[in-house]
Amino acid sequence: MKRRNVIAGLGALFATACSKVGDSKAGKALFKAADEWHLKAQRALTGRQAMAPEFDRSQISPFFRGNGSQTVRTPQYAAALANGFADWQLQVTGLVEHPLSLTLDNIRKLPQRTQVTRHDCVEGWSAIGEWTGPQLSVLLDAAKLKPEARFIVFHCADRLYGAPYYESIDLDDAFHPQTIVAHSLNGKPLPERNGAPLRMRIERQLGYKHAKYLTMIEAVATLGGIGRGQGGFWEDSNGYQWYAGI
Amino acid sequence: MSKPARRHALSTRLWHWLNLLCVAILFMSGLNISNAHPHLYWGQWGFDPRTAWLNVARFPGWATIPGYYSLAGARDWHLLMAWPFALGLLFMWAAMLANRHFRRDVMTTRKEWRLGAIREDIAAHLRFDFDHGGGKYNFLQKLAYGIVLGVLLPGMIVTGLAISPGIEPSLGWLVQLLGGRQTARSLHFLFAWGLFGFFMLHVALVLASGPIRQLRDMITGGPKR
Repeated sequence: MKRRNVIAGLGALFATACSKVGDSKAGKALFKAADEWHLKAQRALTGRQAMAPEFDRSQISPFFRGNGSQTVRTPQYAAALANGFADWQLQVTGLVEHPLSLTLDNIRKLPQRTQVTRHDCVEGWSAIGEWTGPQLSVLLDAAKLKPEARFIVFHCADRLYGAPYYESIDLDDAFHPQTIVAHSLNGKPLPERNGAPLRMRIERQLGYKHAKYLTMIEAVATLGGIGRGQGGFWEDSNGYQWYAGI
Repeated sequence: MSKPARRHALSTRLWHWLNLLCVAILFMSGLNISNAHPHLYWGQWGFDPRTAWLNVARFPGWATIPGYYSLAGARDWHLLMAWPFALGLLFMWAAMLANRHFRRDVMTTRKEWRLGAIREDIAAHLRFDFDHGGGKYNFLQKLAYGIVLGVLLPGMIVTGLAISPGIEPSLGWLVQLLGGRQTARSLHFLFAWGLFGFFMLHVALVLASGPIRQLRDMITGGPKR
């Protein structure tokens, strides 16, 4: 028992020391740098258009777990869900030449991509599903980005712990062929828990980047003015890494 | 190349302590990450604890970095220390091959794999007799160091890369080879505990074989020969 206490004491001491370093300004800068090195190393290793693996339909998970927000707690959303999202609007706005406002019908009529991919949650679990929707690049090309646009921000209808959910990616991922605005999962309209009626699929990054209950796609030059400026809900609220490719 | 003058080469000593720091932080932040979803699966996917092959215990704060549950904070440490850990191992392998430490001290000979010789080695260990004639390491030591340097440490890097979605477009074949992403995650966990097992054994044997001298030699390099 005593030896156990010694090990626990040493562990706690070490953990406390690390926490002190981690909370310091220098520590935080180092963490941010490491995240950027991972982004740069992965981009150097992987071609811009290199594809995430796609699977056979037979490999689809029997159930696709919902995580984070499982619904949107507003009367407007409940009403929209009840009438099949007939009036749902997706805005494409910000640093674009031609802002768009699209209904689900408009979105379903665009050229579609269907992909069976694996969703990896930051927590560690994975699920495979078949997603369908237009490529984000189709929407961005139609809206035509202004040259100063550097990031694409996804605004969502849901609030988590009181704050609106949003996420952001750079243009490499925005124009990746597998980055789609999905309206279907496994051939059926997106279930409520998975982000009905629209969610992002950003297949080379972890699940928290795949914004659900999508209402607006905004092109920006910097992430500074949005939320608390860290580029996403989890980045702002809990210090999650902006680049979620690892 | 000439023989290094000291018991442990400078490259070995530098790497040994850097690696200890890296592995300690990676292991303890890894336990924090494990707490986020303490269930292990085989194959490509898995999300339901009822289908897990292992439901892992939750690790207490004193064993994790940070000392409280924080997936983001733990990932900060884990992703930072992955760099010196991986680059350090690369450096150690390059140094070990260049100064012939690997061939001379770690690589086993066919003679050592004879059953009788192995049995004798185990018996000597059980007698706490660590005096082993001419060579620097005996067979069991070579085997342990060989597995750690050649399998467990590189295995951590390979399985770590395999569970990273941004790497998969270039290393998809590796994930396939390992048997899927959740298998790779399970192996990452198993290799980590393998290293922990080695660490306990290593510390115990150092304590049993003149810990002051061993520690001093791993810092200063030991007396000139």
